[in-house]
Amino acid sequence: MKTNDVIIQFTAKIVFFMIFFYAVHIFFAGHYTPGGGFVGGLVTASAIVLLIVAFDLKTVQTILPINYIYMVAIGLILALGTAAISMFTGKPFFTHFFDYFNLPILGKTSLHTAALFDLGVYLVVVGVTMTIIQTIGEDE
Amino acid sequence: MNNFLLFPIIIPFFFAMILMFGRNNIAYQRITTLFGLVLSIICAAGLVSKVYEDGPQIVTFGNWPVPFGITMVSDMVSALLVLTTLILALFIVWYGFASIGKEREKFFYYSGIMFILTGVNGAFTTGDIFNLFVFFEVLLMSSYLLIVLGGEKAQLRESIKYILVNVISSALFVITVAYLYSVVGTLNMADISLKIAEIDQPGILTVIAVLFLLVFGMKAAIFPIYFWLPSAYSAPPIPVLALFGALLTKVGVYSITRTYTLFFTHDLSFTHELLLILSILTIVAGCIGALAHFDVKQIIIYNIVIAVGVILFGVAQMNEAGLEGAVLYLIHDMIIKAALFMLIGIVIYVTGTTNLRKMGGLMKTYPALGWFYLIAAFGLVGVPPLSGFIGKLLIVRGGFEAANTWTTILVLASSIIVLLSAMRIFIYAFWGEQGQLSSKVQKNKYNRLFIPTALLVVLSIFYGIGTEWLMPFMGDAAKVLVDPSIYTNAVMKGGN
Amino acid sequence: MEIVMAFVCGFLFMAAIYLILSRSLLRIIIGTGLLSHGAHLLILTMGSFKGSAPPVLSDGVTDFVDPLPQALILTAIVISFGVTAFILVLAYRAYHELKTDDMTLMKGSEDNE
Repeated sequence: MKTNDVIIQFTAKIVFFMIFFYAVHIFFAGHYTPGGGFVGGLVTASAIVLLIVAFDLKTVQTILPINYIYMVAIGLILALGTAAISMFTGKPFFTHFFDYFNLPILGKTSLHTAALFDLGVYLVVVGVTMTIIQTIGEDE
Repeated sequence: MNNFLLFPIIIPFFFAMILMFGRNNIAYQRITTLFGLVLSIICAAGLVSKVYEDGPQIVTFGNWPVPFGITMVSDMVSALLVLTTLILALFIVWYGFASIGKEREKFFYYSGIMFILTGVNGAFTTGDIFNLFVFFEVLLMSSYLLIVLGGEKAQLRESIKYILVNVISSALFVITVAYLYSVVGTLNMADISLKIAEIDQPGILTVIAVLFLLVFGMKAAIFPIYFWLPSAYSAPPIPVLALFGALLTKVGVYSITRTYTLFFTHDLSFTHELLLILSILTIVAGCIGALAHFDVKQIIIYNIVIAVGVILFGVAQMNEAGLEGAVLYLIHDMIIKAALFMLIGIVIYVTGTTNLRKMGGLMKTYPALGWFYLIAAFGLVGVPPLSGFIGKLLIVRGGFEAANTWTTILVLASSIIVLLSAMRIFIYAFWGEQGQLSSKVQKNKYNRLFIPTALLVVLSIFYGIGTEWLMPFMGDAAKVLVDPSIYTNAVMKGGN
Repeated sequence: MEIVMAFVCGFLFMAAIYLILSRSLLRIIIGTGLLSHGAHLLILTMGSFKGSAPPVLSDGVTDFVDPLPQALILTAIVISFGVTAFILVLAYRAYHELKTDDMTLMKGSEDNE
């Protein structure tokens, strides 16, 4: 049976980007206000799930050819690596560093290594959620 | 401040992540795992010698001042346990090369083992009660993966029950930590110990102590809540079973030991009396199970329950002999249980059955296996000079010193039951008429299973004979447990 | 407020235990979810309430609530999220393999093989 899902497919293409950029916003907002890598990751995963609902698993895999298990591994390495940087400078594990930089457009900004750690968390959450959904969705 | 103590936790974690890549290349997986384990063992051995020379090592994450940050503390008890864990993991991984099967190796078996080591070592090392919960979850999540890996029907069925029991006990853990936090207002274990001493352990803290016993007891499989262990452990393949049997319950035992020697030391007549009674009941329940079964796996699994009871009996005495014996016996039991499970695995491989009644006469066909099993069984019972003897002797001495005469005699009597249950396997499987033999035995695979097993048994013999050289380390460990002020002082002034 | 929360936690635990004791696997999983929600609310209650006081200090704030329980809850939520996801996948696989979600048929004794 051929299903007629033009509306949801058309909407999903637009809404995907809205959700994704909202996730990016939440991710960066998490530095000082509620939000962060975990929530951002979940929102991103929900955006991808929306695509899967609108199209199907195979199509989404060709659009986003990502091995989510590698994504988890890279995220974990990033998180551990940021935490371990401080060990090489003689500070305890997990000590984060920050400094102020003058960036071209944003002006004076404080850059933290904690943001990299959060990026690792983000990748892990997206990876784990998508792995689970793919595992359940695959054998239909 | 010393990051060195984190290496036995970080290295397995790092290798677990590397192993998630290239999962179809088995040679790469195996070599990387071995390399990671050897590296961790070197670091852990260095850590033991450093703790022996300089006392407890402390690091507080993120450079926070001490009671506020997450503290990692490596005293003698945890350093020794971490070293034992890693050495056993090396032997079990080596043993698994021949028996675990390509399917599992390709499906993150080695990553799972490395993650479980991260969790176990972290739980042994952490000095923060909520962080202990986090490391428990790390090791439980990877144990869920390992127990279900392969996806056989029995595995799926048993792993659901295993996960449910652990989810409920984790929820209880969170609840208990919430209660404890609302009473003492801190999560740092050394700080909790000091705060409890200040307020002299009112009734609510005794309630919390019992809740902790429930939470950790579910993991350690003590008397009323050991019911999940025999069926859950019989599902996974032998290397995973050896890993679980050697490590997972011991983390629970360690946590009970830590909380009951560090926190709840002001109402001994209630908390430790309860621990004593439960440990005796655990021994009795384990003995009944070990005698009732004719399945070799089940007999050894019930022996885990007995050993947990014996160790906790030593802890319940709260004197130096009892605690020293408990630490000695804990490490002995980790080694000997891994060795026994590996031996049982070979027996199952050559006979093709787990039913004792169908076995027999292996002594003629596999004499070396028989002798090594006999040595391991004697070690399990504690025949001098093998490894269980000194530990049990000290535990018994502690029991008599604390004037728990009858219960101590019961612990001694349990040795006879353990001997009987272990000998029953020997008599049925190795003596008598030739029983069932598997037709698929390859000499090459048998050897590859037998070499690591034999080496582990030899290691356990050395642990027994070399107790004299190990005694200073064990004495150090017992001192920390007997006198919590060593631990709290080191943490409170340490960190920077 | 604490009293109300105590009742809410108690109700959640009650519902969780009722669901966990049922026979259907899916109900049991929902029960474990409720159990962890109850535990998280309990941590929040144990950290004491201060109305609308913020957990994060910024300029001009004098009255603030203890942020530690909230950090603990976040960690516990993440962990229970992971475990629930895993157990759902497992239940799905088990349902496919064993052709049942009834726990009484999953006893694993000889007569159920």
